[in-house]
Amino acid sequence: MASHGLEKGQSVQQLIAQSRNKKGKKIIEKSMPILLIITALISVFTTIGIVFTLIFETFEFFQRVSITDYIFGTEWMPFSGNEPTYGILPLVLGTLKVSVIAALVAVPLGIAAAIYLSEYASDKARRIIKPILEVLAGVPTIVYGFFALTFITPILQQLIPSLKIFNALSPGIVVGIMILPMVASLSEDAMSSVPNSIREGALALGATKLEVSLKVVLPAALSGIISSVVLAVSRAIGETMIVSLAGGATPRFDFNVTDSIQTMTAYIVQVSSGDAGYGTTIYYSIYAVGFTLFIFTLLMNLLAQYISKRFREEY
Amino acid sequence: MKYINNTVVMKRMKTRLNLNKIWKMIFLFATSLALLALVLLLIRIISQGTGYLNWDFLNNFGSRFPEKAGIKAALVGSFYLMLVIAPVSMFIGVGTAIYLEEYAKKNKITDFIQMNISNLAGVPSIAFGLLGLTIFVRMFALGKSILAAGFTMSLLILPVIIVAAQEAIRAVPKEQREASYGMGATKWQTITRVVLPSAIPGILTGSILALSRAVGETAPLVVLGIPVILQFLPDGLLSQFTTLPLQIFDWAKRPQEEFQYVAAAGIIVLMIFLVIMNSIAITIRNKFQKRY
Repeated sequence: MASHGLEKGQSVQQLIAQSRNKKGKKIIEKSMPILLIITALISVFTTIGIVFTLIFETFEFFQRVSITDYIFGTEWMPFSGNEPTYGILPLVLGTLKVSVIAALVAVPLGIAAAIYLSEYASDKARRIIKPILEVLAGVPTIVYGFFALTFITPILQQLIPSLKIFNALSPGIVVGIMILPMVASLSEDAMSSVPNSIREGALALGATKLEVSLKVVLPAALSGIISSVVLAVSRAIGETMIVSLAGGATPRFDFNVTDSIQTMTAYIVQVSSGDAGYGTTIYYSIYAVGFTLFIFTLLMNLLAQYISKRFREEY
Repeated sequence: MKYINNTVVMKRMKTRLNLNKIWKMIFLFATSLALLALVLLLIRIISQGTGYLNWDFLNNFGSRFPEKAGIKAALVGSFYLMLVIAPVSMFIGVGTAIYLEEYAKKNKITDFIQMNISNLAGVPSIAFGLLGLTIFVRMFALGKSILAAGFTMSLLILPVIIVAAQEAIRAVPKEQREASYGMGATKWQTITRVVLPSAIPGILTGSILALSRAVGETAPLVVLGIPVILQFLPDGLLSQFTTLPLQIFDWAKRPQEEFQYVAAAGIIVLMIFLVIMNSIAITIRNKFQKRY
């Protein structure tokens, strides 16, 4: 380009001054940061958008349904024509059943896998196993739901004859499989970040690998492991498609895991895939349920962050 | 006096070593259970679905009859959806990452944005569906269109893309930037001609992985009220459409057993779709990523 070259009779200083005065460049230099700030703010607005949408529509819902009936009610029957009842507890209990079963599956298996990967496995084994775990984490939830409904449930029915087609057990187990890679890889990260010198110290004192893993590495990595479990459970609470497909649509207030249940997320899906007219109480109820779900997962995520920050061992 | 009894020590050593061996097996077993789950899932779906997987299946619209049901509309719909999500989410995501890594000062506001992003990543996808329903479908009156769904999904995968792009940008060594400034380049020139070219493989890998998550996502679309069975292809970004996971969801819900096989065939197509995307991402990562 001609403007960049040194023209006849022009000194270097002049050239620098000339390029400094170029307007386009200045405008770009000044305007790009502003554009970038705007893009950065979109993520903030998304959060604000979610919170306000949920709050506004939930507020609308509580104009029609008493808030104490909602929080303490043990009967969720929005579709009953004469007297619909909106008590959230059965849905919360359904969600809890699935999450607890999922945690029972994912936590022991996930932590055991993490110990194996971080303490026992050779580099080669690790290079094979970790990508497979990543694949497991990348399987769409709809596929897991299908798997729960058409494979796990029939198998469980052979073992437990009283098990219904829709139940809490099968989606619970499959949600557990879904969150297992998360527990395993986050816990493994936490354990791998424990410095080798500590391991070697324990080994030099005559400890076996098992003793090093359980009595030295595990306690040192505990904050990371616990926060990975909390994050995974929060993921289980928000999981939607598996419980919609395999969990059923019967909100019930008991601790039975062999009968059809309904979770908070499954209720939202049930209403959305039907035709709940805009403006009806049922329409607003999905926002109230969504808001409840949001609070649950937000608290768990904040707890996970708090644990990993507050109790982290620094080396 | 003898302080150490050799036989006792030997005995205890033996039990401890045996315990170590047993637990190693238990840990290995737990790890292989996870792998077993994946293998079972794949075998099960492939054995169920391959019978229904043929050209007619790919070329037919949805139907009430299992033998006539196909995924043409869903396949095209998923593709259109990607065309919206990819540019929107990458523009916002990479922009945010550049701002946070290159421009933002270390202060409370930056910390807040960063914390907000990590919290956003933990919000259940169904909550994004409720956001999209209120804001895009109703307030912006986009209806149940590709655009409304695309915006919703873009916001959903935004945190993933931001974090991936941030990591890629952070991996570019400081010396390169300083060399660029030393040559008289401005900040924006340094970003576009030095930082971004080095960071682009990492950004692309992260973005494609995030996109593949969006392709498999179902819950937000159900909440938006995206229809399931369509007899026509979308003819623009404001057109109605359906996607692969939604179509699979509908088939899986049906009581007739034949539809389970149709659903399995749909899942195979979806998984092939995802495997292709992931392979592209991994190839980019292995081929172009520089280590400094």
